[in-house]
Amino acid sequence: MLQLAVAVVAAEAVDSVVDTQPVIEVQHAIKQYGVGEASIFALDDVSLTIAAGEYVAIMGPSGSGKSTLMNILGALDIMTSGKYFLDGIEISSMDENHLSIVRGRKIGFIFQSFNLIPRTSALANVELPMAYQGVKGAERRERAMVALEVVGLGDRVHHEPTELSGGQQQRVAVARALATRPALLLADEPTGALDTKSTNDLLDLFDQINAAGRTVIVITHEHDVAQRAKRIIRMRDGKIVSDELNKERVA
Amino acid sequence: MSILEIVRFAIRGLFINRLRTALTMLGIMIGVASVIILLAVGNGSSKAIQSSLDRLGTNSLQVNSGARGFGGRRGGASATIRKPLTILDATALMDPIQAPDIKQVAPIANVNAACVIGTNTITPSTFVGTWPSYFEASNTQVLKGSYFTNDDVTQGRNVAVIGNTVATTLFGTDNPVGQTIRCGGIPFTIIGTTEVKGSTGFLDGDSLVVIPLTSAENSITGYQPLSSILVEAKSPTATTPAQTEITNILDARHGIKGNASADFSIFNQASLLTTSATSSQTFTTLLGAVAAISLLVGGIGITNIMLVTVVERTREIGIRKAIGAPKGAILSQFLIEATILSLFGGAFGVLLGILGSHFTISGTKPILVPASIFIAFGVSALIGVFFGGYPASRAASLRPIEALRHE
Ligand SMILES: Nc1ncnc2c1ncn2[C@@H]1O[C@H](COP(=O)(O)OP(=O)(O)O)[C@@H](O)[C@H]1O
Ligand SMILES: [Mg+2]
Repeated sequence: MLQLAVAVVAAEAVDSVVDTQPVIEVQHAIKQYGVGEASIFALDDVSLTIAAGEYVAIMGPSGSGKSTLMNILGALDIMTSGKYFLDGIEISSMDENHLSIVRGRKIGFIFQSFNLIPRTSALANVELPMAYQGVKGAERRERAMVALEVVGLGDRVHHEPTELSGGQQQRVAVARALATRPALLLADEPTGALDTKSTNDLLDLFDQINAAGRTVIVITHEHDVAQRAKRIIRMRDGKIVSDELNKERVA
Repeated sequence: MSILEIVRFAIRGLFINRLRTALTMLGIMIGVASVIILLAVGNGSSKAIQSSLDRLGTNSLQVNSGARGFGGRRGGASATIRKPLTILDATALMDPIQAPDIKQVAPIANVNAACVIGTNTITPSTFVGTWPSYFEASNTQVLKGSYFTNDDVTQGRNVAVIGNTVATTLFGTDNPVGQTIRCGGIPFTIIGTTEVKGSTGFLDGDSLVVIPLTSAENSITGYQPLSSILVEAKSPTATTPAQTEITNILDARHGIKGNASADFSIFNQASLLTTSATSSQTFTTLLGAVAAISLLVGGIGITNIMLVTVVERTREIGIRKAIGAPKGAILSQFLIEATILSLFGGAFGVLLGILGSHFTISGTKPILVPASIFIAFGVSALIGVFFGGYPASRAASLRPIEALRHE
């Protein structure tokens, strides 16, 4: 049943992605904070291409620019200079109104701190991005229910965030990210606030989602988490220092 | 994203913070209700002044002895020898050639005496000896029995027409007509009672005893100058020319020339009416201003609450934007929250205002001003949009990353 549901969600995702094109193409991204003496380059000439269906981990010590990169990939922030194409569309020249549409349709976010809407049920949280996209009530509910089934929370749909454990909250966030059938799943330290068991459950879920064909990017500083990905990118001081396939996962 | 959806988000937002929502609505509610009630009070009091002056008769002028007092005319030049008002002055005013605007005249002698029957006693606030013309000139109508006649005056009969307060004080619910009371020790037969006049300011218009001028002079006051002369002009607009005619006639009779100050004064009911109408208008404007301020304070309350709400929910706004909420959706959500606050607050305020206008407030029966309901409600709705607009647009303009970083 669960496998079937994942397959359904993923199959639709694959249809929507033009597989010949890379999902992400970043050219010479620079992100500068502050000016003059005090200014720092959180991203210092980063170029990066990620193809559809990849499972990428971005690693690096604290302050190396991982979150900055993720915010730019997720269209939450704009870079100082450089170009960014998401799913073939140039994002770097868009205004905020178009960016909000891109975020809603192309990207699913998973944050370290879950970022669910407080005092709102799991179901309503998962429905929310679809509501902003104008998906009608009945279809929205059905898709949200399927997504919650996929993450194993079919029996907790009416619980509010405070009534769920950290692992369960993060799974609601995954369901919310999946329900819009995004081209890209972006997770910034998704296991940072979880115990070992919840971490493994979540990573199993990412494996399934990726196995079903969806692009997944996980930002982490934990070795175990990175090892689940098929490609590992390491950063330091705003630069990519290594970018290689994970031999343990890729034959 | 349909507008209905956004309305649902807004309502959910309001429900999450019930107490705050209720208190904010209360602010607007009090503002709207006070606009409606205070304007109704202002309106009620000016209507009350109007109708009591109407009852008094706006055609009438009162000539009093002495230059001072309301409506006195000339400024103080040298004083002349004071001549009292007499019956002859009164009859002179009845000259149709010199005073064409005067309909009739009633000389008045004030009587200072208590009236008694059995153990009941009353000192009427208005106790006059006069002519039958008094009744029409003062707009006093007899309800039971009859007026006294010119014959009663000539014969000096001890008959009296009494007002409602006097009747109930002395006789309770019994019919006073035909009964005899003693006023200043003299027996008077009651021949009529007057219609209820109500009170004008501090004066109870129904604490009234009217007797023939001659019997007052014969048996109580003795022969004294008149207290005043009541003059009825032919129409409300004739009061001003009538006043001039009175002045001319009495100036001639009392030998007042040029700028010499007069020894009489004329009290003009019509000019009093305009004065009190203006003052009650000022009163209403003042009340309206106070009410408008309280509505404004309610509006500032909404702004305040919306600003707090936006700050408190910055992170939530960031999340919503991260998952694809367009600027317009966030803007509408907060704008609708503010509008719902003011619309419902306004609606409750209208209810409270209409309800509150049914109670007598410090002696005034409020009369609703229909326009005030629409204005108060409309203004409160606009307040929601205007005062909610600023915090809402601040919320909507936040960059998602900034909002998400907010703790
Ligand atoms: N809003 C900001 N203002 C100024 N400097 C920032 C801001 N956000 C991040 N930085 C700086 O940019 C660098 C990269 O930060 P970040 O991307 O959060 O690193 P990581 O997620 O890898 O720990 C850090 O040196 C950090 O101090
Ligand atoms: Mg980080």
